[in-house]
Amino acid sequence: MDLFIHQVLAGLATGAIYACMALAVVMIYQAIDHFNFAQGEMAMFSTFIAWQLMEWGFPYWAAFFLTIAISFAAGVAIERSIFRPLHNAPVMSHVVLFIAIFVIINSFAGFIWDFNIKAFPTPFGTRPVLGQGLLSAHDAGMIAVVLILLLLLFVFFRYTRVGLSMRAAAANPESAQLVGVRVSWMLALGWGMAAAVGAVAGMMIAPVVFLEPNMMLSILLYGFAGAVVGGLTSPLGAVIGGFSVGVIENLAGTFIPYIGREMKLSIALTLIIAVLMVKPSGLLGRKIVTRV
Amino acid sequence: MTALLTANGLSAFYGQIQVLYDLEFNMAEGGITTLLGANGAGKTSTLRALSGMLRTNGEIRFNGQPINGKATEDIARLGIAHVPEGRGTFVRLTVEENLQLGAISRSGRKEIAEDIERVFNYFPQLRVRYYQQAGTLSGGEQQMLAIGRALMLRPKLMLLDEPSFGLAPRIVQELFGILRTLNKQEKVSMFLVEQNASLALDLADHAYLLETGRVVMAGDAKEIREDEGIRRSYLGY
Amino acid sequence: MKTDTPKDLLDATAARSASPRNLKPLIGLVALVAIVAAPLFMKNFLIFQLTLAMIWAIAILGLNLLTGFNGQFSLGHGAFYAVGAYTTAILMEHGGVSYYWTIPAAGVICFIAGFLFGLPALRLEGTYLALATFALAVAMPQILKFSPFEHWTGGVQGIVILKPDAPFGIPINQDQWLFYFTLITLILMFAFAYNLVGSRTGSAIKAIRDNPTAAKAMGINLSLYKSLTFGVSALYTGIAGALSAIVVQFVAPDSFTFALSVILFVGLVIGGVGWIPGAFFGALFIMFVPHLAEGVSKGLAGAVFGIMLIAVIFLMPSGAAGLLKFVMDRLTPVRRWMGSSSRRSQ
Repeated sequence: MDLFIHQVLAGLATGAIYACMALAVVMIYQAIDHFNFAQGEMAMFSTFIAWQLMEWGFPYWAAFFLTIAISFAAGVAIERSIFRPLHNAPVMSHVVLFIAIFVIINSFAGFIWDFNIKAFPTPFGTRPVLGQGLLSAHDAGMIAVVLILLLLLFVFFRYTRVGLSMRAAAANPESAQLVGVRVSWMLALGWGMAAAVGAVAGMMIAPVVFLEPNMMLSILLYGFAGAVVGGLTSPLGAVIGGFSVGVIENLAGTFIPYIGREMKLSIALTLIIAVLMVKPSGLLGRKIVTRV
Repeated sequence: MTALLTANGLSAFYGQIQVLYDLEFNMAEGGITTLLGANGAGKTSTLRALSGMLRTNGEIRFNGQPINGKATEDIARLGIAHVPEGRGTFVRLTVEENLQLGAISRSGRKEIAEDIERVFNYFPQLRVRYYQQAGTLSGGEQQMLAIGRALMLRPKLMLLDEPSFGLAPRIVQELFGILRTLNKQEKVSMFLVEQNASLALDLADHAYLLETGRVVMAGDAKEIREDEGIRRSYLGY
Repeated sequence: MKTDTPKDLLDATAARSASPRNLKPLIGLVALVAIVAAPLFMKNFLIFQLTLAMIWAIAILGLNLLTGFNGQFSLGHGAFYAVGAYTTAILMEHGGVSYYWTIPAAGVICFIAGFLFGLPALRLEGTYLALATFALAVAMPQILKFSPFEHWTGGVQGIVILKPDAPFGIPINQDQWLFYFTLITLILMFAFAYNLVGSRTGSAIKAIRDNPTAAKAMGINLSLYKSLTFGVSALYTGIAGALSAIVVQFVAPDSFTFALSVILFVGLVIGGVGWIPGAFFGALFIMFVPHLAEGVSKGLAGAVFGIMLIAVIFLMPSGAAGLLKFVMDRLTPVRRWMGSSSRRSQ
């Protein structure tokens, strides 16, 4: 039983990162109905920026928040320059551009910072929480950060005018324009926020997996799985989906004998295909009730 | 009275396909003008052209200012509230959020709250359903919500695209009565697109008739309504 | 007396003769002879690179059949490449099968794999299918390292393969033989592809890409054709993978990462979606551009790929196909001289 709890908690810890990536993925999906395959690379690059800032002497939290700001700006810039002209282009064009950004960012990260792994600090210390090594301080910190992030986003979308505008722009761009919402800028804002959230994910996971240009690929996959499981429609769904994937994969790893640990990516693959095929609205996807 | 809305040589295109040809109209402030015509005549396209949703040639002026070529959201912010075909309700959002969105380009929390109260006075059903998902409202209620949302803009001009569509006759009567009241009390000018000619001519001051993208007749609504010849040949009743 | 220029003479001849003169077959023959003779005069490494380029072309053609002609996305074709490669390696290593039999075997196995993946993919469109295939590509290396299969797959270390000698004692070296072997396979596969695309089946496949609803209304069995196309596409890329295993002499899980699927995708886009010859342009691009890029700076190949992709999307959406058409249109006078007839339609 102890083992079970331990694994669930550990699953929640890694799930926190997946939840973060899932948040970023869902935010862009809500804006443009596409999956941003470059989301992981963007997060990785942000993490490198944070690392570089710290190398230059910035204290951790200063680097943390500055990186978030820079990532936000970069997300907006990418949307304005590359995706805005493509607004009505077919799916293929979008996929090509996502891949293009993926390889460019990956390539530049390797070029600037090389491919050797680097250590990335955690601000949470190493003292275990909940005693007896059930949960490390960093794990607890990750979970806390994600929950705070979720709360902030919830408040933003539910209670602010900008949040409402973004939701309107995503739900019905034409009607949103007719009430005066600058839909185009809402998309840019979505990208910026997604980039910022991705940066948080990267900075949280780097202490665990070590910083190198290829660190985010599998995490992005888990993030996609979390987003799909959660239903692709709300931040809450993304977070629940992310945590679920983390727990499922950890329990599978522990309790499926011999091979469970090696199946994690396949589990993500299976979850994605199964959910999209069988129940595309996932856990929390809303069914729309309309009367004619 | 000053001209609120004028169009000169207005042509509109969906991509390469032309749908409006050299439209001319003139709308005075405070009035209700109706645009009539059969299906496919270009009525909805006219409203969309006014809201900057189509590629246009020619000139559109609102309060003397040219607005052709402006972005849809900027045109809305000038005070033109467009109630689109099919109502354009944000179905997944609540009634409250829909109304709030109507006022999203304005500031002043107190004024906005007052305006919501005013909307409730015209449409009491919306007060009851304030926190409900807009998609759960009936057709008539959604139409009221759409008009309420338009009112929240404190518009000078309201564009209405077939407000009677899909609604029971009794509700339509009620609705048009409210539109008349809105026009008089809130001083909202209206540009009304309708297939139901008799209803529209009852309400409006002026009328234009559109046929395959061209204006074929223009005049005083009362005169047109009372001219049997015109009614028979152009309006089918 | 004023002599006519060769052009005048040929024009006069053309005017007089009843049937149109056509130089294209002649040019084709010259090219073929050049290609066949070339390896006899080249350094082994260059032969090796050209062989790989041909393999890439087959792989990209596979992807093109699926995405370009049938409209189904794949960010995961590297997975089928891997299956083909491992089929060859395992058959040769554990089954003692001769290398040439492993090629059709890899084809069959990959066809089945592609068909099976195509079944759930039926329900997925556009960005969702892209996501599913992305997941497949990312999961593949881990699947290949799966410990229960280690005995067969060689685990993380993979399998080493011996390069075959030329058959019947023909006096050419191994690299040259593999060049010809690949060339023969290439010609067969491209011929089949042209046949397929031009046939009624091909029309059905293309109809599904252009307007699935209309296709269905015309009685085309969407599920069957889409899954079959997935299978055929995987077959092509799988055969390419099988050939690569022999040519590179090695398979290992980390040779088949997501990067491989990206490379195939880049080759597809640059070469031109929905245009069979595009596979060659794409293959040459992905084969030789990284070398140039790495000359400038290591690791910058990715950036070049990415920038080219962006350039294609914004400037020339049909890739090399569009570029070629652009150039050919400007060269119309030359083409007329060569007796070019109307181009084969896609």
